[in-house]
Amino acid sequence: MLDALGEPQSVLVFGGTSEIALATIKEMPRHRLRRVLLAGRPSESLDAAVAELRDLNITGVEAIEFDAKNTESHGAIIDGVFDGSDIDVVILAFGLLGDQMTAEEDPSHAVEVATVNYTGSVSAGLHVARRLKNQGHGALVVLSSVAGDRARRSNYVYGSTKAGLDAFAQGLDAALAGTGAHVLIVRPGFVRTRMTSHLPEAPMTTNPEDVAKIIVAALKKGKSTVYAPGPLRFVMAGLKTLPKSVFRKLPS
Amino acid sequence: MSGAVATELSGWGRTMPTVARLVDAHSETQISELIKDADSRGVLARGLGRSYGDAAQSGGATVIDMTTMTGFRLDADNMSVTADAGASIDEILRQIVPRGFFVPVSAGTRIITVGGAIAGDIHGKNHHRDGSFGAHVTELALIDGLGVMHNLTPKDPRFWATVGGMGLTGVIVSATFTVIPIQSSYITVDTERGKDLDAVMSSMLERDHEYRYTVAWIDSVSASGRGVITRGDHSTAQQCNDDKIKNPRSYDPKKIATAPGLVPKGALNKWTVQAFNEGWFRKHPSLRVGEQQKISAFFHPLDGVQEWNRIYGPQGFLQYQFQVPDSAGNLVEIALGKLREIGAPSFLTVLKRFGPGNQAPLSFPQSGWTLAADLPAGVPGLGRTLDQLDDLISAEGGRLYLAKDSRQSPTNFARTYPRLEEWREIRDTMDPNHVFASDLSRRLEI
Repeated sequence: MLDALGEPQSVLVFGGTSEIALATIKEMPRHRLRRVLLAGRPSESLDAAVAELRDLNITGVEAIEFDAKNTESHGAIIDGVFDGSDIDVVILAFGLLGDQMTAEEDPSHAVEVATVNYTGSVSAGLHVARRLKNQGHGALVVLSSVAGDRARRSNYVYGSTKAGLDAFAQGLDAALAGTGAHVLIVRPGFVRTRMTSHLPEAPMTTNPEDVAKIIVAALKKGKSTVYAPGPLRFVMAGLKTLPKSVFRKLPS
Repeated sequence: MSGAVATELSGWGRTMPTVARLVDAHSETQISELIKDADSRGVLARGLGRSYGDAAQSGGATVIDMTTMTGFRLDADNMSVTADAGASIDEILRQIVPRGFFVPVSAGTRIITVGGAIAGDIHGKNHHRDGSFGAHVTELALIDGLGVMHNLTPKDPRFWATVGGMGLTGVIVSATFTVIPIQSSYITVDTERGKDLDAVMSSMLERDHEYRYTVAWIDSVSASGRGVITRGDHSTAQQCNDDKIKNPRSYDPKKIATAPGLVPKGALNKWTVQAFNEGWFRKHPSLRVGEQQKISAFFHPLDGVQEWNRIYGPQGFLQYQFQVPDSAGNLVEIALGKLREIGAPSFLTVLKRFGPGNQAPLSFPQSGWTLAADLPAGVPGLGRTLDQLDDLISAEGGRLYLAKDSRQSPTNFARTYPRLEEWREIRDTMDPNHVFASDLSRRLEI
């Protein structure tokens, strides 16, 4: 349960190795946490994430086997978690950036990105929403992206999956109105992570820790959408209204 | 389920709301059916929602609104009241005060139910001599976790598990408690200002036993810890006559005002509270003896302002109430100091002496001091400061009041209520499937 100051006791992360999700957990008061579940495909990096949090003296850190593409399995996994105890904050943090050029040459690569980022999130998101509604409280944090705000030549496959996910999350938040549960959509710009380490940095680049601070503050205030960094909201509002001829000439 | 309405519920502090299926209570049979039909989210009874934290809410559960069953009767010969759990102390006082009786224990608000008074084992300004509410209950009727009704008396351990049991042993449907005879609806009040915390605390140690009711208001903003002690007892007919009071038994407290619905964030800050506290301290004479105050003015001054909890704005507030033994009385000063350091403004800071506790495993009061401070939830650093205080208090054998708590950790709770296991064993016989659950019981892993 959240306490009066909005501090969570239990967190469930899908995409348990996500640097943004891990930074978000570290941003929460650690001694308040009683149960932290990192869901992902079994891997050394997932084990390392569990060990890292345990080393910080966070109690109840466990790894859970979860494959975004295996949507048939999602219901049972999520029921298992919620049957154990209430979850205050769920973070949907898995996703593939993919490679735009590869995707254009081999559409099956695009399909994989779409399956993980969109289909997997829709499936997990709906199962989570069902349980949050049942417990009458809780937040679902959806890691969207500014890439979904307006499609760009350089990464439109990834961008389209985030656009779809973002629209899904907006609708889900509307569906949860009055149930005590809600959705927080997070739209980061360029974040320095493993996923982007091979790319040149864009303006307004942030670190996972910066995004984490924004997420934790937004959860306390009960916000529905946040950009990271915050001023990106206005940049994106501007970009969305640029005429196509101008937008396409911007550096990618 | 028939009649259930998805409803957002929170405590008086208006923090951390959750949504439950709220059902009006109609009858014992219906309550019993609701318990038998409960799903895994469980069942909880709710009264008038004056617990500050998450005690009377339960996300996703069936929450039974007990305030639809409000019958009660006074047995003047036996000096007792038998009431439905949903009957309010407010309504009861309106009937019994003019007939010359008063409740044995009165909290700082009369807008509470009999069921809530038992479940929270509430205390009042007379704890140092009369104990808490549970000590005056002679019988209670409870529907357990299997939907079975029981009449419990103080000889039964299940009775004491229910007193202070926060509604987790069953649904209390009715209770009988003793009332005390009074000759008037007035209190003869002596007021004394203390120039600093030492002066206030020494005076309380020295003289509290001379009065039935005592409490001290502390100026939490002033570094001195100065305060105002008010003490009193029920006025006799003779005293009222001497003071030329015309209708000494009339009792009809009115709502004087409603707090504004929309209060800007930060309206209640260090400076406004400082101004209030300065005025409040100066309003009282350094010493005044024998003043006649109405019962409502003495016991329930805030009940005159409806929805006063809204003045804290959208982020809500919490009340931090702890208790420490006399040997750790210095923690009162430490707590006030730490709250002042982070600039947590509190205009309602109350210090009181407790007498010995009772047999109830989860009852809060124990001999010593209790300090209660209302604090806006948005104060930066509040969580860390209160966690530090929790540690200091638990190290001295003190603890927090569950009817006020909204933020302590499960470890702090378990450490400070050493009879928790004993209580759990009794609870398991009354509610083997753990049907009764609240957000508080989930947060504290009770």
